[in-house]
Amino acid sequence: MHRRHGGARLSAAPYLFLAPAIVLFILFLAVPIGYTVHLALRRTRVSGLGLGKGSRREVFVGLDNLRAAVTDDELWAGWLRVLGYGTLVLVVMLGLALLFALLLDSAHVRLARFSRIAIFLPYAVPGVVASLLWGFLYLPSLTPIGGIDFLSASAVTYSMANVAVWGGTGFNMLVLYTNLRAIPRSYYEAARMDGASELAIALRVKIPILVPAIILTTVFSIIATIQVFTEPTTLRPLTNTISSTWSPLMKVYRDAFVTGDLYSAAATSLVIAAVSLVLSFGFLRVVRGRAFGEGR
Amino acid sequence: MNRRPVGALPTGLLVLGAIYCLLPVSWVLISASKSPGELFTLGTLTPGSGLLENVRELNAYRDGVFWRWMLNSVVYAGGGALLSTLVSAVSGFALAKYRFPGRNLIFNVLIGGILVPSVVLAVPQYLLFSKIGMADTYWAVLLPQILHPYSIYLARVYASAAVPDSLLEAGRIDGASERRLLGRVALPLMVPGMVTIFLFQFVAIWNNFLLPFLMLGDDGKFPLTVGLYSLLAAGANQPSLYNLIITGALLSIIPLIALFLTMQRYWRTDLSGGALKG
Repeated sequence: MHRRHGGARLSAAPYLFLAPAIVLFILFLAVPIGYTVHLALRRTRVSGLGLGKGSRREVFVGLDNLRAAVTDDELWAGWLRVLGYGTLVLVVMLGLALLFALLLDSAHVRLARFSRIAIFLPYAVPGVVASLLWGFLYLPSLTPIGGIDFLSASAVTYSMANVAVWGGTGFNMLVLYTNLRAIPRSYYEAARMDGASELAIALRVKIPILVPAIILTTVFSIIATIQVFTEPTTLRPLTNTISSTWSPLMKVYRDAFVTGDLYSAAATSLVIAAVSLVLSFGFLRVVRGRAFGEGR
Repeated sequence: MNRRPVGALPTGLLVLGAIYCLLPVSWVLISASKSPGELFTLGTLTPGSGLLENVRELNAYRDGVFWRWMLNSVVYAGGGALLSTLVSAVSGFALAKYRFPGRNLIFNVLIGGILVPSVVLAVPQYLLFSKIGMADTYWAVLLPQILHPYSIYLARVYASAAVPDSLLEAGRIDGASERRLLGRVALPLMVPGMVTIFLFQFVAIWNNFLLPFLMLGDDGKFPLTVGLYSLLAAGANQPSLYNLIITGALLSIIPLIALFLTMQRYWRTDLSGGALKG
């Protein structure tokens, strides 16, 4: 296919139009990633007494920092906490989002418009404010629900997961609902004529069609959940059950800004990036294999 | 049409979900009306009598720094989303409507940015900005948030559907330059999709905490998220400051909820249909 009507003029235009995005990509994505890799492979070495100029040098240490990050107990404890928290958030949030989307799409509900707006509303509330509101609702002196200490060591993970579920369900519901509305009604008129129940139509027709959208929302949610930072950081002033290294990203923050160890922080952030890539691609592989298997 | 029996169970479940989502919002609405004394003594759902006093106190807090945060959030989110939308729209148009060597490579590399967790970016972005002495500035928060790969993807999908090739061809035959075609033909047709991209970017930047939290030290440049966090960190041990934090939280969500309720028809996650339906 050749489209040469514009001649030479045509060939430069798309590159010019893409130039701002490419420049921004290089400055704010490629260079920072390169710098992270650079730092992760280096460390300061102190020679002599460590006094005076030149006694502190940056030296290449290869994979030492990454090895240290992978074997760090504190970081592992953080991964385990985030694994528990993340599984809970993903299952409950996406489960509720799917349930609400299917309910909104079914013909048998009242108050659908009101419910749709109300459930999407938390999307307009920043994570900091959501954590702050729930944090106050959890405080023993303010909570309307007595008898439970929401911020105790055993409950704090659930309390934090609740904040994320509250904030994320609406957006994912909207994504799934939009996909459902795009399905031509004729798709399930036939099933309805045959006397299939709404539940059967939802399970046998709608959910299979939604699979790609569910996969997409899951991958985005995995990436976001691995980087959990805002909720634990905001709830921390209200309780002493959340450590400064509760999540891996909080440890990056502590290393970089509190203890000033940029090299460890860089190595740890590369590990986080690797885990999130492996998990999202791994998830894609698994579900793809499944989806194709079912299709045959 | 079939009779439409109303299912009690589905409706009940949806309303339960709605109540759960409205609970913290209504709590903050009621709590902001309570004076510091009433906050701990009045029942949870009983409105108090201190709303105006709370707002007045918040106005006075550190010479009105709260309103400064609000203004900063508007600047970051408004300016950032505007630039982001323009960059995305122009890129999306180029990727959708031109065939040129490297098109797929550029698209894939740009879109690959979606998968990069912001943690690998925010910390080195801070370090690089501080190297050139720009860490604690408006630019440090504004510039890194302009490129948004998913918006480029959405803009490309939207441009494919909303800008007919025939119109571009006709323009070319009339001798219009490519820049003119972009400005006079493509972008005007893409406006509804651009509004959607703008809204999502506006919310994303308004709600962002990590980047401004890392970049900024001077609380005169804080957006609301970082400002409210600093208020909480300062006041968590002083219950006398709670009413200030609660009132700040309430005022901080009003602008977005207003934007959200007034622009409802643009809140869509799927732009492939071309024209927006109400």
